[in-house]
Amino acid sequence: MIAEIGQYALALAFALALAQVILPGWGATRGDAVLMGSAGPIALALFGFVAFAFGALVQLYVTSDFTVVNVVENSHSQMPLIYRVTSTWGNHEGSMLLWVFVLAIFGALVVVFGANLPDRLKALVLSVQGAVASAFLSFILFTSNPFARIVPPPAEGRSLNPILQDPGLAIHPPLLYLGYVGLSISFSFAIAALIEGRIDAAWARWVRPWTLAAWVFLTLGIAVGSYWAYYELGWGGWWFWDPVENASLMPWLAATALLHSAVVMEKRDALKVWTILLAILAFSLSLVGTFLVRSGVLTSVHAFATDPARGVFILGILTFFIAGGLALFAFRASELKQGGLFAPISREGALVFNNLFLTAAAAAVLVGTLYPLALEAFTGAKITVGPPYFNLVFGGLMLPLIFAMPFGPLLAWKRGDILGAAQRLMLAAGLAIVAAVVTAAATTGGPVLAPLAVGLAAFIMLGALTDLAERAGLGRVGAKVALARLAGVPRSAYGTAIAHFGVGVCLLGIVCETSWSLEKIAAVKLGDTITIGSRTLTLDRLENRTGPNFRARTAVFSIRDGGVPEGTVEASRRTFAARQMATTEAGLRTFGFSQLYVSMAEEAADGHVSVRATFKPFVTLIWLGAVVMALGGVLSLADRRLRVGAPRPAAKKQRQAVAPAE
Amino acid sequence: MTRKQRRLILIGAGLGVLALAAGLILSALNDTIVFFRTPTEVAQKQVTPGARLRLGGLVETGSVVKAGTLTTFSITDGNAAVKVAYQGILPDLFREGQGVVAEGALQPDGQFKADSVLAKHDEKYMPREVADALKQQGLWKDGAPAPGAASPSTRQPGS
Repeated sequence: MIAEIGQYALALAFALALAQVILPGWGATRGDAVLMGSAGPIALALFGFVAFAFGALVQLYVTSDFTVVNVVENSHSQMPLIYRVTSTWGNHEGSMLLWVFVLAIFGALVVVFGANLPDRLKALVLSVQGAVASAFLSFILFTSNPFARIVPPPAEGRSLNPILQDPGLAIHPPLLYLGYVGLSISFSFAIAALIEGRIDAAWARWVRPWTLAAWVFLTLGIAVGSYWAYYELGWGGWWFWDPVENASLMPWLAATALLHSAVVMEKRDALKVWTILLAILAFSLSLVGTFLVRSGVLTSVHAFATDPARGVFILGILTFFIAGGLALFAFRASELKQGGLFAPISREGALVFNNLFLTAAAAAVLVGTLYPLALEAFTGAKITVGPPYFNLVFGGLMLPLIFAMPFGPLLAWKRGDILGAAQRLMLAAGLAIVAAVVTAAATTGGPVLAPLAVGLAAFIMLGALTDLAERAGLGRVGAKVALARLAGVPRSAYGTAIAHFGVGVCLLGIVCETSWSLEKIAAVKLGDTITIGSRTLTLDRLENRTGPNFRARTAVFSIRDGGVPEGTVEASRRTFAARQMATTEAGLRTFGFSQLYVSMAEEAADGHVSVRATFKPFVTLIWLGAVVMALGGVLSLADRRLRVGAPRPAAKKQRQAVAPAE
Repeated sequence: MTRKQRRLILIGAGLGVLALAAGLILSALNDTIVFFRTPTEVAQKQVTPGARLRLGGLVETGSVVKAGTLTTFSITDGNAAVKVAYQGILPDLFREGQGVVAEGALQPDGQFKADSVLAKHDEKYMPREVADALKQQGLWKDGAPAPGAASPSTRQPGS
């Protein structure tokens, strides 16, 4: 019964989504307040039905209802409860339902938090949201029904892919989807602004928090995905330039650019047309990502099923929204009035610089991701565009941007003083050079440029702190006054400084990990020792263990640093009976910010085990940096001006002012 | 500065970054793309030794030899086979008779030195390039299990 009710709820949600497109949209054209007002309740009802359908699917998984195809193919009654729940979205149909569920959440949030949005804008925004929801709901209903039954039902399910049986699946997809789908809000606002033909600073004030929230989730989602791949796939890489990773990186780059251009629009009423375009592009890249992952044009861990009908359907959705959005932009962008003027060297100029490089980087990643597909379609040649391409192009485009980052916040709006900013960064630059020299002296091996990159990371971190110190007037006024001033600095300024600091932390981790990792691959038997840097690993014992649905062969190594015992690390291989499949569970030990990473292969017949042991200096900074960036985003979200809410647009104010006289 | 001049500077900067990006992309694409080849293509001498490429096919049954951390095996597409040497830990799903993609370079002696080996992620998935190559040889059809996929004889001891 639950499956049927769930499907019925989905069908009703689809009907509601269509109503959400038509009624408020029609109301907005006719200026009918009742029709426009219907948007809110419909969006909330849509959320209710989608949430119910999603809950129904979770329930089917939890109770292991093997009369449903989706559950049979991806679950197993012996899996622990958490993985029975997460398998709900560990497959194509379920993950699409999660996508729509998140979309419905955002629609409902617009209603809840948008109480003081202008009626017409709100109606149009929700109407566009409804269009996105109806497209994806029809995709689920017509090509990817998660509630289809199977006759006769098998006694046991085929289990979830063991690689996905990990807490990572509980966190990574929901976070990533909150980011991806959150960008639909900025898209809807952009389309609504184009339809209205009017856009002002208040609009930017509305859009920025949504973009910021989506960006925070996307940042965390990408970081969690990266860490998951790092420890689960067994070879210790944290970024592979896999098309699926690129699919999440591109919207992130566009969203980062959008965040920064929205600041210009909010503060200075400039860059309107560009901001609108970016909002459309950011969500378009999310859709491209969804297409790449869901259509089966790629093969990867994430491409669950390959069904041409689905690919064509998603391509249709993609084309409709991207082409539609861009066409509307082409026709209507000229309606938007040009805003404030600024000199090339100014805060605005710096933010334009940021936008140029971020969008160019996104474009470079897009080209690298799609080029193999295009080449194969046109010439039949099969090629791979791998890390060398991305490292060169992405690195080349990020370098000037990262170097310029500390300068931006120190430039004044309208007309900045680059020499003054450089002067104020002298201390940071000096300390960064010291850091580079010390690094060069303290390390052996690694690329020649690596110490310079460490210096650059230090420059960014210190530069971010310089901005806060400058605002407090540290060194110019007494410590007490400076502290008082520091407390008065708006949270959004803290947000900027912390997020920029996070970029430096992340860069430091990347540079250290890629330059000074120590790796040993060896075949060892019981009692053998591997030396890695100053540490030794001794294979103490090999044992068999059993988990809820797997058997594990575990190698226990004792670690010694210069003879001093430092405990043990365990690497294992799990064999999952339900799928006759093995996974590698790497052993991880964290020392400060560095990690020791040990993975093992199958035992050879003579008792030797191939082991790969890697010492990765400061590797955790890569993900901590992302967390710090996200923290900056959260702080910026908590800024007073966003909490208090945007002022109503001028026209609205007048009406309010007139109201008492009526 | 007039509005027009400022706009010109902005557009100039935009075009500059675009040109930089385009230049980087084109030069990097020229130098770094890696072609996918089948053993048949390698046997027909379509590949120059030393050039990086991806070699895909099935791991020939009975060809896997492990010596410490060095593994040698043959990749076959039914027509021809290429001997591959790989130093390191093979992926979990590396099995005889299963689809595999090895990336590396052909040595002058005809052996392929791989620096990375990719196997499929689960039992349903076959690397797409491999699937296409095998389809061309008539060895595999969509939806059918991979040749030798589940036959007990190809399973390694201990798995």
